[in-house]
Amino acid sequence: MKWETVIGLEAHAQLNTRSKMFSGSATAFGAAPNTQACAVDIALPGVLPVANREAVAKAVRFGLAVGARINRRSIFARKNYFYPDLPKGYQISQYEMPIVQGGTIGIYVEGEGKTIRLTRAHLEEDAGKSLHESFHDFTGIDLNRASTPLLEIVSEPDLRSAREAVAYARALHALVRWIDICDGNMQEGSFRCDANVSVRPAGSDRLGTRCEIKNLNSFRFLERAIEFEARRQIEILEDGGSILQETRLYDANRDETRSMRTKEEAHDYRYFPDPDLLPLEVAESWVGKIKMEMPELPDAMRSRFVTDYQLPEYDAQVLTTTIGFATYFEQATKLTMDMTRVQTGMEGQKPVLSGVAKLTSNWILGALSASLNESALEIEQAPVSPLQLAKLLARQLDQTLNNRTAKEVFSAMWKGEGGGDADAIIERRGLKQISDSGELERICSDVIAANPSQVADYRSGKEKAFNSLVGQVMKMTMGKADPRQVSEILRRRLAP
Amino acid sequence: MHKATIKELSARLAARKLSSVELTRHFLSRIKALNQKYNCFITLDEEASLGQAEAADRLRATGRGQALTGIPIAQKDIFCSRGWLTTCGSKMLSNFVSPYDAHVVERLNAAGAVNLGKTNMDEFAMGSSSETSYYGPVRNPWDVATVPGGSSGGSAAAVAARLAPGAIGTDTGGSIRQPAALSGICGLKPTYGVVSRYGMIAFASSLDQGGPMARTAEDLALLMNVMAGFDARDSTSLERGREDYAREIGRQARGLKIGLPREFFAEGAAPAVMKAVEAAVAEFGKLGCETVDVSLPNMRLSVPVYYVLAPAEASSNLARYDGVRYGFRAPEYADLPDLYRKTRSQGFGWEVKRRILIGTYVLSHGYYDAYYIQAQRVRRLIARDFAEAFKRCDVIAGPTSPTTAFRLGEKMDDPVRMYLNDIYTIPANLAGLPGMSIPCGFDAAGLPVGLQIVGNYFAEARMLGLAHQYQLATDWHRRIPPGCDA
Repeated sequence: MKWETVIGLEAHAQLNTRSKMFSGSATAFGAAPNTQACAVDIALPGVLPVANREAVAKAVRFGLAVGARINRRSIFARKNYFYPDLPKGYQISQYEMPIVQGGTIGIYVEGEGKTIRLTRAHLEEDAGKSLHESFHDFTGIDLNRASTPLLEIVSEPDLRSAREAVAYARALHALVRWIDICDGNMQEGSFRCDANVSVRPAGSDRLGTRCEIKNLNSFRFLERAIEFEARRQIEILEDGGSILQETRLYDANRDETRSMRTKEEAHDYRYFPDPDLLPLEVAESWVGKIKMEMPELPDAMRSRFVTDYQLPEYDAQVLTTTIGFATYFEQATKLTMDMTRVQTGMEGQKPVLSGVAKLTSNWILGALSASLNESALEIEQAPVSPLQLAKLLARQLDQTLNNRTAKEVFSAMWKGEGGGDADAIIERRGLKQISDSGELERICSDVIAANPSQVADYRSGKEKAFNSLVGQVMKMTMGKADPRQVSEILRRRLAP
Repeated sequence: MHKATIKELSARLAARKLSSVELTRHFLSRIKALNQKYNCFITLDEEASLGQAEAADRLRATGRGQALTGIPIAQKDIFCSRGWLTTCGSKMLSNFVSPYDAHVVERLNAAGAVNLGKTNMDEFAMGSSSETSYYGPVRNPWDVATVPGGSSGGSAAAVAARLAPGAIGTDTGGSIRQPAALSGICGLKPTYGVVSRYGMIAFASSLDQGGPMARTAEDLALLMNVMAGFDARDSTSLERGREDYAREIGRQARGLKIGLPREFFAEGAAPAVMKAVEAAVAEFGKLGCETVDVSLPNMRLSVPVYYVLAPAEASSNLARYDGVRYGFRAPEYADLPDLYRKTRSQGFGWEVKRRILIGTYVLSHGYYDAYYIQAQRVRRLIARDFAEAFKRCDVIAGPTSPTTAFRLGEKMDDPVRMYLNDIYTIPANLAGLPGMSIPCGFDAAGLPVGLQIVGNYFAEARMLGLAHQYQLATDWHRRIPPGCDA
C-alpha cells in the first residue's frame, strides 16, 4: 500500500523582548542561574503577573505578517501542572481565545510553491530549566528562563513530508527573524518545534492517529524525527497493528523516537481563564500603528526584486529567504551602483541596474554563500560587508579586475587582508588588470612568435589552439589581462 | 488611650500631646497581657514596631505628619511585610519571611503608620471562624468560648479588644464583614480593584479584596485614604483618580434611599439578629432615609456559586506551595512526587485540602462546563440583580451574618453549615460591590450584631457617610467587651 504522511507543526518562538512576559526582569540568555528571576518569576506568595505590552505587539506583528485575524479580545488562561521548574504550578498561556487566528505561510520545495495554513498563534510564558546533569544526586533549578515570552505558532496538518515540514519550519524561522520578533537562535532554544505526525493510506481523507514528537531543536532533527516516526507508524500498520496516540521524544544519538507518555497518562491541565489578568484587548488603532511599522515582507520584496532589479525569479526567491540576505543584496547593489557612477564618470548617465543587480546576486549566491557555509557563519556575521563587496564589484565593472582576480581579491578580503579593502588588496597583490594595450600587444606578439605550431593549427581551423594561445598570454600576464581584450588582439594579429 | 479612635489618637499625635512610641508601647503591652487570652496575633516584632514609631515621631516633629503617621495598625498575616514572618495562618508558610512589602503595606509605611503585628486568621483565609489557623483558634473578646468570625478574626478581635486602634483585613466571601459583625466592630470591603492585591496572598483572585477594620466609620475612611489607589503591578487594579473617602462623613443621610432586599429579611437569620437589623433600619428612618423593597432573586445561588469559583481559583493559586523554593518542605521524601505529596499533605490543614480538592474537581476535564462555566453565568446574574436593585435605591441594607458569634468547634465538623455563615456577604464579592458591616445591637447573650450596607460600585464614601450619621445617633460601636476596658 502507498502511504501518505500528514504533519502539523507547533513552533515555539521566544519573543525578543527586553523583559519577561509577566514580569520586569531581563530575558538575556546565559546569565548565572537564578540571577534573572524576580519575585514574580519565582512565584513568591502574593505576587501578580502583568502582561508585557511589547510581547503583545510582537504577536500582533506576526499575525499581520501571515495575514491572520488579530483577535481584538483574547484570554490568558492557566495551564495547571506540577513541575519543579514551573514556579506557580501553572503556566500562563492562551487557550480558548488566542490573539492570532488563521493566516498562511508560503513554502518552496524543489522550486514548487505551496501554501501552509496556520491554525493560530498564542502568547505564553516559558518555564524555567531543570539541570539534571550538572549536579550529582540532585536536580538544579534555574528560573532565569521562567516567564520568558513565547509565541506558539500552530499549523494545520497541511504538510505531507519531512522535507515540507523542514521547508515550513525554515520559512517560519526566517519570517520571525525577518519581522524581528525572535532571534531564531536554535542552540539557545529560542526557536523550537514539536511535530504531530500521522500516516494514512494515500488518497484517504481521514486523518490517522497522531503522535506528537517533542522539542526538536534543529531542522535536521526535525527531518530525521519525522522520517523515523512515519516509517515506524507505517511498519506498525502494515503489520496489522494500530497507532497509540502518545507523546514521543526524539533521541538524536540513536536517531529514533521513544514513547514519553500515552494519552491515558496525559495531564488534565484544568485550563481556566487567569483571574489575575483581564482579557487582553488590542485597539484597532494600535494594530494600525504596528502595521505602519512593519518592514517589507519577503513575498513583497521578492516581487519587487524581480520588477525593480529584473532579477530572475529564482534569484529573487533565494535572496529573500532571510532578511539578512535580502538586505545584504539590496545594500551591495545600491552601493555598487553609486560607486560605478562616480568611478566611471557616468553621473547623469544610468548604469545598467539589472546588470549590476545580477552580478551582485551572483556573488552573494556564489562566492559569499559558499564562504559562509564553509565558515559556518550567518550572513550578519560575514567578514565582508556589503560596502566592501560593492568596492570589489566596482573594480570588476571598471575592468580593473577580471573574474579570476576578483575571486582572488574576495578570498583575501574574507581573510581580512588589507583591512578588507579591495583597492588595497589589488595594490598589494599587483592584480590590476593590464589595460596598457601597448604592453599587451607586445606580449601577444611574443606568444605568437614562440608558438608557431599552435599558430599553424589555429590558422588551419583548430579553435582549441586559439584558447591555448590566450592561456599563454594570461599566464605571461599572471592573469591580470582582460581575456576578452587578449583574444581581440590575438585574432587581429593572426588574421590572414 | 486604647479606647480612643484613630481620629482622636491622630489629633493627639498632631498636637504632640502623645508620641507614637508611647502609643505603640501601650498597645504592645496590652497585647502582651491579653494576646494569650484571644490569640489575635501570630507575630510581634517590638523592635520593628518601635523603630517605625520613632520614625513617625520624627516625621510628626517636622510637621510632615499625615492622619495615620504614628498610628499602630495590626496587619492580617495575609499581607506580605518585608522582614516579617508572613504565614497566612498556615504551616506551609510557617517559615516564610517576606522579602517584599504588599502594596497596601507600602502605602501604610509611606503614610507613617506603625506595623503593630501580624494577626491570626483562618488558614489561607479559608474559613468563617478563625479556627482553621495553624496557630490555633482566635477567641471572641465578647465571649472567649465563641469565635470572632473569620477569616480576618485576629484583626477583628484585636480591634474589639482594644489591642489595636485599627487593622487591615481581606474579604473574599465576607472575611472582613462577618468577623467585624461577630466582634462588634466596623469593616469595609471596597469595590473590587480599588485596593491593590499585590502582596496580598491570593485565595480566590477574582473575589479577594483588602480593606480596613476599625471601630468607627470615620476611622475606616482614614484607613481607606491610605490603602486605596492604583497599582500597576496588579492588572485588576482600577486606574482612577485619588479620592477622599471621608468627604461625605459630614453629609446628612436625609433623602437617601435604602433598599431592603426581601431575600435578606426572609427567614434564615436568627431573631435577635433580625430584631437589631430592623431597629437599625428604623434608625435610618429617623435620620430621614427612605426605605424601598428590592429583590435579589438569585441570591440563594450565591453560596453554591462561590463554593465552585473560590475553590477553583484557590486550587490553582495554592499550587505554588510545593516545598521546592520556599516555605515548608516535608522532612523526608523518596522522590519528586513524594516530595509534593508529603509536603502538601503535611503543610496544609483540612479546610485548605478540602477546597483544593473541590477546586481541582470542578476544573477537571468533563466537569468544567457543568460547574465552573455555569457558576460564572450565575455570577453574572447575581451582579445583574444588584444592578436592577440599584436603579431603585442608593444603598442596600440587611444583616451581615445570620447569627451572632457561635461557639468554638460548633461548626467545625459541618462545613456546609459553616459556609452558610457567609450567605449575606458573598453576593457583594461575586458582584465586586463594596460592602461594610457596622455594629447595630446585641443579642440576649450580649454578643454583637452587625448591620451590612452594600453600595453600588465606588459608593464607599457614601456608605461611610451614612454609617457615620448612624454612629452619631447610636452608641453600639462604643461598647467595650468585658475585661477590655481598663
